[in-house]
Parts: sequence; C-alpha cells; structure tokens
Amino acid sequence: MTALTASLVLPLLGALAAVALPRRAAVAAALATTALTLAAVLWLLVEIGTGGTVRLVLGGWQPPLGIALAADGLGAAFLALTAAVMAGVALAARHEMAPAAAGPRAAFGFWPLMLLLWGALNAVFVSRDLFNLYVGIELLTLAAVALVAIGGKAEALAAAMRYMVFALAGSLLYLAGVVLAYGAHGTLDMDLLAARTPARPDGLALALMTAGLLAKTALFPFHVWLPPAHAGAPAPASALLSGLVPKASFLIVLRLWFEVMPDRAATGALMVLAALGAAAVIWGSIRALAQARLKLIVAYSTVAQLGYLFLVFPLAGGDGAAQPWAAGAWTGAMFQALSHGLAKAAMFLAAGLFMVAAGSDRLGALRGLARVMPMTAFAFALAAITLMGLPPSGGFTAKYLMMTAAFAAGQWIWALVMALGGLLAAAYLYRPVAALFARVAPTDPRPVARARQAVPLVLAGAAILLGILSAPPFDFLQIGRPEAAEEGL
Amino acid sequence: MTALLPVLILLTSLIPALVTFFLRQESHLLRNALNLGGAVLKLALIVAMLVAVAGGATYQSAIPLAPGLVLLLRVDAIALLFVSLSATLWLLTTIYAIAYFGDKAELSRFFGFFSLCVAATTGLALSGSLISFFLFFELLTLSTWPLVAHKQDRASLDAARSYLLYALPGSAALLWAIIWLESTTGPVLFTDPPDLSALDPWSLRAIFALFILGTGVKAALVPLHGWLPAAMAAPAPVSALLHAVAVVKAGAFGVVRVVYDVFGAETVVALGVGVPLAALASLTIVWGSVRALQQDEIKKRLAFSTVSQVSYIVLGAALAGPYAMIGGLVHLVHQGLMKITLFFCAGIYDERAGVKRIEGLNGLGARMPWTSACFSLGALGMIGLPPMAGFVSKVYLGLGGLEAGAPWVLAVLAASTLLNAAYFLPLLYRLWFLPAPGDATGDERVPALVAPAVVTAAASLGVGGLAASGVSPLAWATLIVTRGYAP
Repeated sequence: MTALTASLVLPLLGALAAVALPRRAAVAAALATTALTLAAVLWLLVEIGTGGTVRLVLGGWQPPLGIALAADGLGAAFLALTAAVMAGVALAARHEMAPAAAGPRAAFGFWPLMLLLWGALNAVFVSRDLFNLYVGIELLTLAAVALVAIGGKAEALAAAMRYMVFALAGSLLYLAGVVLAYGAHGTLDMDLLAARTPARPDGLALALMTAGLLAKTALFPFHVWLPPAHAGAPAPASALLSGLVPKASFLIVLRLWFEVMPDRAATGALMVLAALGAAAVIWGSIRALAQARLKLIVAYSTVAQLGYLFLVFPLAGGDGAAQPWAAGAWTGAMFQALSHGLAKAAMFLAAGLFMVAAGSDRLGALRGLARVMPMTAFAFALAAITLMGLPPSGGFTAKYLMMTAAFAAGQWIWALVMALGGLLAAAYLYRPVAALFARVAPTDPRPVARARQAVPLVLAGAAILLGILSAPPFDFLQIGRPEAAEEGL
Repeated sequence: MTALLPVLILLTSLIPALVTFFLRQESHLLRNALNLGGAVLKLALIVAMLVAVAGGATYQSAIPLAPGLVLLLRVDAIALLFVSLSATLWLLTTIYAIAYFGDKAELSRFFGFFSLCVAATTGLALSGSLISFFLFFELLTLSTWPLVAHKQDRASLDAARSYLLYALPGSAALLWAIIWLESTTGPVLFTDPPDLSALDPWSLRAIFALFILGTGVKAALVPLHGWLPAAMAAPAPVSALLHAVAVVKAGAFGVVRVVYDVFGAETVVALGVGVPLAALASLTIVWGSVRALQQDEIKKRLAFSTVSQVSYIVLGAALAGPYAMIGGLVHLVHQGLMKITLFFCAGIYDERAGVKRIEGLNGLGARMPWTSACFSLGALGMIGLPPMAGFVSKVYLGLGGLEAGAPWVLAVLAASTLLNAAYFLPLLYRLWFLPAPGDATGDERVPALVAPAVVTAAASLGVGGLAASGVSPLAWATLIVTRGYAP
C-alpha cells in the first residue's frame, strides 16, 4: 500500500521541488525522485507478484463515497514500463536538456514537466474511477503539450497547438461520456459500474468516452497531430511522448471495453476499432516510408505500432472474451504496448544522440555514424527488430500471440495486417539502418560519451529480453485480470 | 546434466558472440581465444554426444517463453548430423578468418556476428519444435545481415539489402504457415507428428507451399535464389560459412524437417506435393549449373554452383523415400565440406594472388600447389568423381529416384554431373596446364589460411572413400533414416 502511494506521490513532490529549487539542486532533486520512484515501483511489483492486486481506498471511504485505486498486473506492468523509460530519459536529459544544449527555458521546464507527466501516468494506470481518470489524463495532456512546446521553435509551437486542440476535444468527448454514465448509474467507480445492470445511455456513453480517448491515443484517423508533435520535441521528451503517453489513454479504452462495460461491446463496434487499428498500421507505415528525417520516421512508426494494439478488441473482447484464445490475444497486445514503449524510447533517445553527433536528423546527415557510435547504432537496430516483430523480441512474442489468436478465431485478416505491418516496418526502418552503416566517414561528428550511448542500448535490450524471458511478464499480466480466474490461468 | 547439454552446446557459441561485441578492436588475443575456445569446447561436447546418441540416447531441454511458445532444444541423430558439420566448419572457418582479416577494422563486430550466426545455426539444428526452429531461423537472418554488409561498400550494402528483401518476406511466409498449421493442430513437435486430419487437402497444400516458400528462400531454390550470388560480395570467410553451413543449409534442413517431421513422407506423397517439389529442385539443379557456366568471377561461379548443389538435399527430401533421404542428408555434410574448401581456396587466391576471375587462375597451380590441390579435390568432388564425397551422394539420390518411381531423376543427376564438369574442369585446366602470365605474383605462405582448406579437402576425400565404414556421414545418415524414417 505504501509503495503504491509512494509511486503516485513522489513524482508530484519531485515536480514541485524541481520548480522551486535553483537549477543544480533541481536536477539533483529530479534525479533523486527518479531513483526513489523507480524503487517504489519495484517494491510494488514485488508486492503484487507475491500478494496479488494491491488496492487502496482513499481516506478509508469505500466507493461509491470514496475513490479506489488498484494496481493489478496490467496497471503495474505499465508502472514498470514508465519507470524504466523515465529512468533512461532522466539519464539522457542530464546532458541533452542542459542549458548549454537546450537553452535555459527548456532546461528549466523539462524536469518538472517530466515528473508531472510521470505522476499523471501513474495515476491513470491505477485509478478505478472514471472521473479520477479524467483528471489524470487532463494533467497528462497539459504536461505533454508543454513538453512538445518546450523547444520554443515556431514549428514546435504549431505542433503543440494542434496537439492541444485534438487533446482538448478528446477530453470534452470523454467528459460527456462520463457525465452520461454518472447520470445513468450514480457512480463512476469502475467495479461498481461493471456490476450494474446495463442502462440505455451506456452505449452512447461508451462511444463518447472511446472517441475522446482515441483522439488522445492518435489512432487513425486522429493521428495527424502526432508526427509533428513527437518529431518536433527534444529527443528525451519525444521518448516520453511516443513511448508512454498514448499508452495511458489506450489503457483506459481497454479497461472500459474489457472491465467496465464488456457486455455492452457490440461485435460491430469491436470490428470498427480493429479496422481503424489496421488502417493505422498500414497508413502509418506507408507515411513512415516517405519521410526523410529520422525523427519523423520514428514518429510515424508510432502511429503504425499503436494500431496493433486495437486489433485486440475483436480477438479478446465482447463474445470473444470467453474463448480459449482470448488470454493470448489480450496478453499479446499488452506485450506489444510494453515492448513498443521500451523500443520507441530507445529509438528516440538514439535519434537524439545521432542529432548531437551529426547536428541533424536528416538521413543524409546520419550516413556512416555507425562507425563513430556503434553502440547507439546497435541499440537502434535492436529496437528496430522489436518493431518489425522479429524474434527474439517482445514485439515477436506479441505478434505471435496475437496472430495465433487471430487464426484460432477465424479472423485471419488481422493476422495478414500484422504480417504486412512487420514487412512494412522492415522497409521503413531499413533506410535509417542502412544510412547508419554506410561506409562514408561522417563529416566532423561531435563525440558522444559511451555512458550516454549505453542508455538506449539498455532500453532496446530490455525490449529484446521481453521476448526471451516472456513467461514471467506473461504470468504477471494475468494478476487481477477478470477473465483470468475463469480460464484457470 | 542431460537436460542441460543442448543448452550448453548453444551457449558455447552464444556466449563468445555476446562477449565479443564488447571487446575492443585491439584485444586480438582475448577475442581469438574466446572464439577458438568456444569452438573447441563445442566440438568436444559434440563428440561426447555422438557416442551417446549412437548408443540410443537423446537429450532434451525445454524453456517455456509464453503459453504455446516453448523453446525446445533436442539432441538426436539428425540434429547431431547438422551440428557436427557446423561445429567442425566453425572451428576451421574461425582459424581461416583470423588469418584472413589480420588486423583489419571492426573485427569485434565481425566475430560477434559470426559466432552469433553459428549459434543460430546450432539452435535451428537442435530445435525440437516448429516455433523454436522459426526463432533461430530468424536469428540467423538477422545475424547474417551485418556479415554480408561487413565491408560496408556499395556492393556489400546492396547485397545485404537484397538478402533482406528475399529473406524477410520468406520469414513472413514461414510464420504464416506455422501459425496457420498450429492454430488447428496445436504446437508442432518434430518427434510427434501433428494430426493433420482436421485440415482439408487444399489448406494443407497451401500450408506446404508457404513452408517451401519460407525455407526455399534460404535454400536458394529457383526462383528465390537471387540474393545468393549477390551475397558473394561478402568477405571470403562469410561466403564460406554462408554457402557451406549457415544460411543455405538452414533452408535445406528446414525443407527436410517440413517434409519428414511436420507433414510426414506419406502425407507429402498423398497430397501430391512431393513431385512438384522434386521438379522444382531439379530445375534449380540444372538452372544453377547453367548459370554457373556463364560466370567469369570465381566466387560467382561457386555461388551458382551452391544454388545447384543445395537442391540435391531438397531433391532427396522431396522424393520421400529412404534411399533418397539418405542421399539428401549425407549431401548436407558432403556439400558443406566440398563447398567450404572451394570458398577457402577462392579466398586465398584473392587474398594472396589478387585473383578474382577465372583467367587469373592460369598457371597458379605451380605457385600455390597446396591451395590448388585442395581446390581441385573440391571441384572433382562436386562433379561426383568416385571415390569423392559427391559421388556417394549421387549414388544414393539416384537409387532414391528409382525407388520413388521417378527415373527422370537419373537424367537430372547425369545432366548436373556434365554441367559440373563443364564449369569446373576448365578451372582445373587453367590451374595446372596453362602457363602463368609473366607478371604473375602470389604465394601461399600463410599456413593458417591453407591448413583449413587442406583439412576440409582431405575430409571430403575421406568421407567418400571411407563411406562404407561405421563412422562416416553416410553411416550416420543411414542410422537416422533406419531409426526414425523407415517406412
């Protein structure tokens, strides 16, 4: 219980400290907060691993009067992902967000925003109350938009503005859905809502909430804000925005459709979600192929990779939830979310280092960089393997589980999308890898210390390890999953 | 201990690979000790297991990755056939590579991926289930790419890209086939043939075609062979490994597994897919030889020769009878020994005499007698001259063709022999009988380059000459077939 509280409160306290303290002390406080929160999350993982879901009722008031928090296997897995990525980003940001490198304003703003973002993410991952979730994603949006704008360039501000418009429209839609649900049931607690008999406005409420969240998740066709925003932010911020932020709103959609209102999920609606996901996979990949800048390639790849997550809905949702393949499909999608988070963070951090060395992220400028920074190039290639879904990697485990489920469910069309998406990913990631490995000597690269290069390597290595040691995370994700008890997993 | 042995064999290559990546370029001694040590240790383990497996033992390790996704490593007779070949040739190629590269750049990267490539080959030889096979098949794809691209010049990068352009769609086809099959039958173990009755014949044929598409890319079956001649842009040790054990053999081995352990020989015959596959293999045998005839670069000629020769193995599997199976399996070893000899020698000619094209071979026999003798032995073996290794393979394949009621196989073998003679004999004639040009240079005063070629050349003579003895690859292939695949 204390570990759960600590992982929620520590980042917020750290954010306050980072605002209040002078620069050197602020960075030190932020790094200390990172280490402490990481420890708290690890402790929480141990608690959940040994004792099951950790619940916390705020102020001792049971819902519907009070607000409940619960860290189940799913939520805790995302807490762990966030902690790992944050730790990597914090290490990278010590150099890249120093005043000399990023300008005084960004150097000041980055640390509190990063910690605020962390607090908001953690709150979303464990909240069991729809309004509480609303507060969480609003905070998340504000921190994320500010991180996009932090560089202060005109195009970054325009991208942040566009992001803001989409995100706020999404928030309004979500809030409207929440209001409808409250009007019909008189509670916003997820577990209580799940137990209520369905009411007439439920369908509309679910649709509104989902639409709002999809805009925030950047699912096709709401993705247009994502590439300029993620590519325009400084690299450590991009790693957070691309690796973590969309996962929060996705997780809420997932909980809504699987935990809160599973019986109101019409087959047609599930298919629409998956079809949008499939379109995202194909369109995002095709757009990634057409980009000439590394960060834009990586950002469009996020659009594509998020699409896979939505294939879970017809495979494991609605009527499919009771089928034997549901656990595989559901867990596969979670593996995709986790390994993409790690790999994408590694890619953006690697891209940041390439930009430090070459001064630009145009593919032409990256040529030959593998010779001067082999570790970073290797990290990028490892991350690429996960995104292509090739073994051994977390991305492969994800695709294997989901493809097997798709065949078992007779919905092989989604398997086809996954296979095609893997090949397209190979195509769009081959260009930067080939540029890095070209023989030409890069013109006057700035040296990057090996310790800095190790950060993306560790993150990408973790994404690979997720595919080699898949069994423990697989079992961990089942903790507290409602269907898991029935399947006897 | 017995459950650990397969993992241990894998680790003898995997650990040197992973450690080598982090070594500095200058730490030659440590790097060489690590790689050679791993190779020697592996050979020792394999010899111990050969004895035990001949006595009837099997070793098995299962590592669960996720539900339905179990990494199953199993040492049995057929796995050992492939592993012994790859382990022996790994040791020899490492010695050769150390001498070949000297102190050129990026050696830690090279040897890291080189050992990783061998680890992948070992893993796929030991794989006891389809999905384990796929995992290592892909690891092989990925670890080979940096080797092909090693020189990082235009040609190498193009070759590496072309390799992936062929290999990745192949992998997608293979994964598609595996998941399609396993969604109906459950996980497929090679020891326990799946129950295919739930699938209708046309689905089975489609799955079979996808399997052949997936493995055929690596086995360089026509028309999926385009990447292999291009990949000769890689350094000589890589070509040697690629053509003898690593990639093409992985594909051929995959075909053997699919025909015998996934579908079963009877099902393949019943579905009527064996004959089309045999025809495709025959086409590849002839087409590869014809294309080899047209090449003026030594390595390119050898590459097309590989396209042709590897399909002997596929042909053996496709004919789906005991003799053909023995012929195919034994050719897995024989072709490996002969082809690696030829590539070792081609590398020596290039490195020591600057000879890349066949005109340059004129009169080289006098100045580089050891190399040229080895090259000649390898070439004669490829032609199938008795008592060389290639002859034994051909005899069994021919018998297998007759047994399977496909006498046309004899015609294919005869044509292949003639074509082989047509593209190899002129090289031997140039080496030994034509006068050297006046400005010719070249010597072979690097024992570490020549010795591996001598060993493999002697071996390819030995395995043919001593084929009837109890310890030859032929005896082992016969053991495999009588033990596991006798009808």
